[in-house]
Amino acid sequence: MIKKRFILNFPPDSGDKPLSYHLVKDYDIRINILKAEVFPGKRGSLLLEMQGTPANIEAGVAYLTSHNVDVEPLEKRIRFQEEKCIDCGNCVAVCFAGALTMTPPEWKLNFDKSKCVVCELCVPACPLNLFDINFQ
Amino acid sequence: MTVKSYEEINQKIKAGKAVVLTAEEVAEMGRMASPQEIAKKVDVVTTATFGAMCSSGAIINFGHTDPPIRMEKIRINGVPCYEGLAAVDAYIGATACDPEKPQYGGAHVIQDLIEGKTLELEAWGKGTDCYPRKHVKTMISKDTVNEIFLFNPRNAYQNYNVAVNTTKRLIHTYMGTLLPGLRNATYSTAGELSPLINDPELRTIGIGTRIFLGGTQGFVVWPGTQFNTSKPVNRFGVPVSNARTIAVIGNLKEMSAEFIHAAYFNKYGTSLFVGLGIPIPVLDEEIARFVSIRNDQIETSVLDYGSPGMPKLGQVTYAELRSGMIRLGNHKIRTAPVASLAKARKIAGLLKKALEEGRFEITQPVQMFPSNASLLSLKETEKEDQP
Repeated sequence: MIKKRFILNFPPDSGDKPLSYHLVKDYDIRINILKAEVFPGKRGSLLLEMQGTPANIEAGVAYLTSHNVDVEPLEKRIRFQEEKCIDCGNCVAVCFAGALTMTPPEWKLNFDKSKCVVCELCVPACPLNLFDINFQ
Repeated sequence: MTVKSYEEINQKIKAGKAVVLTAEEVAEMGRMASPQEIAKKVDVVTTATFGAMCSSGAIINFGHTDPPIRMEKIRINGVPCYEGLAAVDAYIGATACDPEKPQYGGAHVIQDLIEGKTLELEAWGKGTDCYPRKHVKTMISKDTVNEIFLFNPRNAYQNYNVAVNTTKRLIHTYMGTLLPGLRNATYSTAGELSPLINDPELRTIGIGTRIFLGGTQGFVVWPGTQFNTSKPVNRFGVPVSNARTIAVIGNLKEMSAEFIHAAYFNKYGTSLFVGLGIPIPVLDEEIARFVSIRNDQIETSVLDYGSPGMPKLGQVTYAELRSGMIRLGNHKIRTAPVASLAKARKIAGLLKKALEEGRFEITQPVQMFPSNASLLSLKETEKEDQP
């Protein structure tokens, strides 16, 4: 069993299909919706954590893709210019998900993208503007 | 009782024989060694900080054009400079900006100049008999201007508050983004490594003290603005909130963007991260005791940045702040710094190396700072009626 987070972008006409139901029933994937933005008739975006066997998750992603859902691993949607970071901690202050941390002894910034919940608070909080997250 | 003079320590530095520790190293040493032993063994302790210091800026002399202009309105990359200084002198403050482009301010101009970038200078004047020109638009860099030096009126605050927010809305401050309902707390001082905390009464820091500023040597030139000696101290002699400050100067042409960096705080404005280090000579046992202070002995005040008047909610140590969690009544609050300890350590290490290798000498201040300063607030008074 593995756990992996994906960002799903739904086309305007996909609103009435119970896709997540099929992920659970047909592919035995435990799903956890961490963030959702749905604008019926326009678009929908979902941060979805999937837990299952690698083969099932791969098949589940293929199923979503076949229904015109754009599926990408979360980390591909997060850009962080690490080389410019000054380790000030402003992003850590707002990251309640615990993805951005600074700990002794080094007090350097650690970014565990797998814990990100795409709250996007770090984007404006960084005084050097080093974060870019694409949810939509 | 050990008593050393500045000259004795400098002779050791020149001979490459000075014993230099960072303030963190001497804090650790202080667990086992007495102030007497520390005074005997250690010559200099290096302290440092790297944080956003809004009261920073640079003085520039652009040089004269032919025919010359008396610059009465000046913009660099669109950012307004203070122009009320002769014809071609200006002061660019870190927090200055064009209100249309708040994310690029004086701090960014300063960083761009340090990095050797070319920037657009535009200036206007009314035209006078001796300065006939009325407008100039050209490109400048740190290599085209005569002088450019950082002159920061208030840096290196001795201790600073912890910021929290008790309200129901998210607030944006120079202490970072504060989540509602006491869900985070931010702090900005380097604790036991912080310069003015290691010499709380400023026995060795005064006018003329040579320091590390932005990657080069700089100097303390005056007490900083809002210099305050009357804040309450804890039992270790350290003020429990922001107290003393220093005004500093250094040649911007020699600085590095690694240690001077522009910042933009969302819905607040621009500021400048300043890297600053001060060597403290261990002249006697009292100074040895001060420099060996540890994070669990340094306290600071927790203020509610969401409420008018920013009421004090509690007092915590830097050991608690660094643990990642502080307690305030029944609340457990997650903490995060908003100043870089990693950078401060790098500066303390560089300064230590420079002292060990005889490349940096300590200075006896030309004059010490006042010992009885307090703060005035701005009273809103009416202009007196004329008889």
